[in-house]
Amino acid sequence: MKALQIKRSPMKFGLARLTSPVLPAKVSALDYRSVDDPDHPGDGWQRFNVHLAGICGSDLSLVEGHASAYFEDYVSFPFVPGHEVVGSTDDGTRYVLNPVLNPAARGVPHAPADDYAHYATGNLEPGIQTGFCCSTGGGWAPWLWAHESQLHPIPDDMPDERAVLVEPLAGGIHAALLAWPHVERAIERGEPAVVVVLGAGTMGLAAIAGLRRYLPAHMQIIAGARYPHQIALAKAIGANEVVQAAKLDRAVRRATACHLIGDGSSAYLSSGAHVTIDAVGTSESITDALRITRPRGRVVLLGMPADVKLDLTGLWHRETEIKGAYTYGTETLPDGSTATTFDLAVDTANHYQAERLLSATYRLDDHVDALAHAAAAGRRGAVKIAFDLRKQ
Amino acid sequence: MLDVDRSTPPILFWRGEGFSLEKLPADRSRVIYPPEPLAGIDDVDGAIRDALLNPLDMEPLPALLKPDMKLTIVFDDASLSLPKMRKPDNRQRVIEAVLDHAAAAGVDDIHIIAALGLHRRMHDYELRHVLGDRIFDAFHPRGLLYQHDAEDLDNLTVLGTTDEGEVLEINKRAADSDLIVYANVNQVAMDGGWKSICTGLASYRCLSHHHNAHTLQTTRSLMGHRDHSALHKSIWRMGKILRDHGPKIFQIETTINNSAFPDSFGFLAKREWEWSVKDRAMYLGTEKSLNRLPNRAKRKIFHSIEAPYEMTGVHAGYTPTVHEKTLERVYAQHLVPVEGQTDILTMGIPFICPYNPEGIMNPILVMCMGLGYLFNMYRNKPLVREGGVIIMTHPTYREFNPVHHPSYIDFFDEVLADTTDPVVMGEKWEKKYAEDEWYKHLYRTGNAYHGVHPFYAWYWGAHGQQWAGKVIIVGGDPSTVRRLGFTPASTMDDAFEIASDVVGRSPTISHLHVPGVLVADVQ
Repeated sequence: MKALQIKRSPMKFGLARLTSPVLPAKVSALDYRSVDDPDHPGDGWQRFNVHLAGICGSDLSLVEGHASAYFEDYVSFPFVPGHEVVGSTDDGTRYVLNPVLNPAARGVPHAPADDYAHYATGNLEPGIQTGFCCSTGGGWAPWLWAHESQLHPIPDDMPDERAVLVEPLAGGIHAALLAWPHVERAIERGEPAVVVVLGAGTMGLAAIAGLRRYLPAHMQIIAGARYPHQIALAKAIGANEVVQAAKLDRAVRRATACHLIGDGSSAYLSSGAHVTIDAVGTSESITDALRITRPRGRVVLLGMPADVKLDLTGLWHRETEIKGAYTYGTETLPDGSTATTFDLAVDTANHYQAERLLSATYRLDDHVDALAHAAAAGRRGAVKIAFDLRKQ
Repeated sequence: MLDVDRSTPPILFWRGEGFSLEKLPADRSRVIYPPEPLAGIDDVDGAIRDALLNPLDMEPLPALLKPDMKLTIVFDDASLSLPKMRKPDNRQRVIEAVLDHAAAAGVDDIHIIAALGLHRRMHDYELRHVLGDRIFDAFHPRGLLYQHDAEDLDNLTVLGTTDEGEVLEINKRAADSDLIVYANVNQVAMDGGWKSICTGLASYRCLSHHHNAHTLQTTRSLMGHRDHSALHKSIWRMGKILRDHGPKIFQIETTINNSAFPDSFGFLAKREWEWSVKDRAMYLGTEKSLNRLPNRAKRKIFHSIEAPYEMTGVHAGYTPTVHEKTLERVYAQHLVPVEGQTDILTMGIPFICPYNPEGIMNPILVMCMGLGYLFNMYRNKPLVREGGVIIMTHPTYREFNPVHHPSYIDFFDEVLADTTDPVVMGEKWEKKYAEDEWYKHLYRTGNAYHGVHPFYAWYWGAHGQQWAGKVIIVGGDPSTVRRLGFTPASTMDDAFEIASDVVGRSPTISHLHVPGVLVADVQ
């Protein structure tokens, strides 16, 4: 089949890193080529025909050569990217893909939750998710192998354009629910709870949706956004206040009635948000998150941070907690009930009619334009860019 | 006043830290110029001495001074004069004379307090400029020269309540004194009288009785007859409480003429048709030079200007009597008789207003200066008819001085994003800003205006905002202008075009020519 594939090529990764700021996606280790069909991985796996496959920030960082060396042993080359997938099995049943290659899928059913050896062992080549593993294929191809544990059913009336947002929404909801313990404590103390979301791209909007839908309604959500359409969407989804990132510290200060100590970008709030969800993942955004989160508050890293440079003195002094937010699982909601993140994401996608976040779709052979569009989504007024395989 | 005809040259407009020349439509425009500067007093020190020894409706100052008394000298802060006057400042001359008498009488419990109200604390160099080195060095190091703190609750005293329920709460040291001597600079008719102490030494609680949207909407005008001003009527009620229940007050008021700029900016004080070749060259040179400079550098130049003001009057004694004499001198300098109103009022907004000495004229202050001060430069009735259009020129950049105006930044981002209605913002937002601990901290320990101050700046324009059918800013940053609730225009011609929706195609126009202060006495 013809698919987009990434081969291990240090030279191309290096060139991509150099050229991506001016020529996004023009030079990369990604090629549209004929690839060998991956071997059938075994029992429980079936062919999954891709309808739509989104382009995620982590995909872009791989294509642009910015991915962390951490992943080198958790991926297997050559692989077909694409993990935000809606498609159908050969019998025509539609699903969204839960891309995590969980212990059952990897043939290590009894792997402990606090040991990630299964990502590099088991029946498959290394890979944390479909889209990073050469054994399964990925979403940027006409089809891939999906394990039965990865197939999440969707309602018949849920359009593909909405369903393709389920996976990123699940990531945002997971991050949002990581805010709950601190929000709960604030409510118990009688404080007006304040949660900040830094960034209003797909993941930031997903986090806002999760906060608004599953945490108490009186909680205040402040979002930092850069572009007008992001501001409008963040407000529409439920942020109480949306400001430019440079004005976030003042907005949080106003909401929490604290002091701003110091000047400019080095100023810290004397108190601040109970939780800040960083959906950007850069040195600057994490620094901002630390500046505006109250002592002993929590910073949730939703955006994949990779290699960052930080002054952690403030974190040390304020005993700030940094919490990673990777993918999804089974969530405990504020009322004590549990649900899978994907169930919540399907509910959220329907509630917000998430197709409004899908800005454009491309054919696989238009991948250079598609990736360039995704890399400049904010500036170009877009949110989510996806490949449409339905007519290919 | 000049009626514009076809031969009238383009007219000078301030545009913040710059100028422009604008052609006004012939045969239906008029330019209201400030009167020529009055002659200054030749022997200023002699006049001050005479005022202290021959006060109005009070005993001479020496008779009021006793060795064991508590004397508090209070003076207007750096919001006056604009621009700051060349040394020695009137306040220095007056206070030095008072101190000479106090020394002669053996008074040794003397405090000198800057009447800040809710303005920012003055920098030491500003105190030195206003009071001179001798006073600063003698009093400041010993903590005897300091600035009023409206949030120092332990050092405020309630003197009483008016029949209208207004609480007069002022600085405790001043209230407990045997004598207050107040030294002022009465640059405009709005200032002086009971306002000096009832605002300058007051608390937020006290000020909020008259510094509010309702009072300012019903104040017509700030510069005219006192009985047309709800603000002044409230303050005069408080003045009665101060007179009946407060300490003895020896008020010293000084007036200045219209010499606001030195010779290097001489063209500013002349009518355009009187400009000499040298004036034109100076204007062109100044304009071109300024255009090449960043705002920061332009501000530095303008804020370094020291005005060659001359004292035109000094009166001392019982506050109401003194103030009547003061107003006579102020009006003698400022009043310009004008016949009737026009459809449009144009005005150039300068780089400075009372709330940004040494700072940035931020967008809220542009509104305050235009609708609060310049619009109010009338007696009897406004220069523009009700429902008419006000056109201002100013860059209206979205810049703020974070040290001086921290709450202004939030006011712009939060309050103005919600409402430009002074009544609504007063009810919904004022308390939050007034009680914000960070703003209080910066006001009390730094050089920040009080958290509530942007509301007061906005209320100041409340009457003008209500009166005008439309407000247009020429040359301003469009999105910032819109946030103020006004309409942006690129050029004066565009502004007239936009205004035509409200006032038709052939509106009559008044241009209020600044610098130089004037009060249009509109009949």
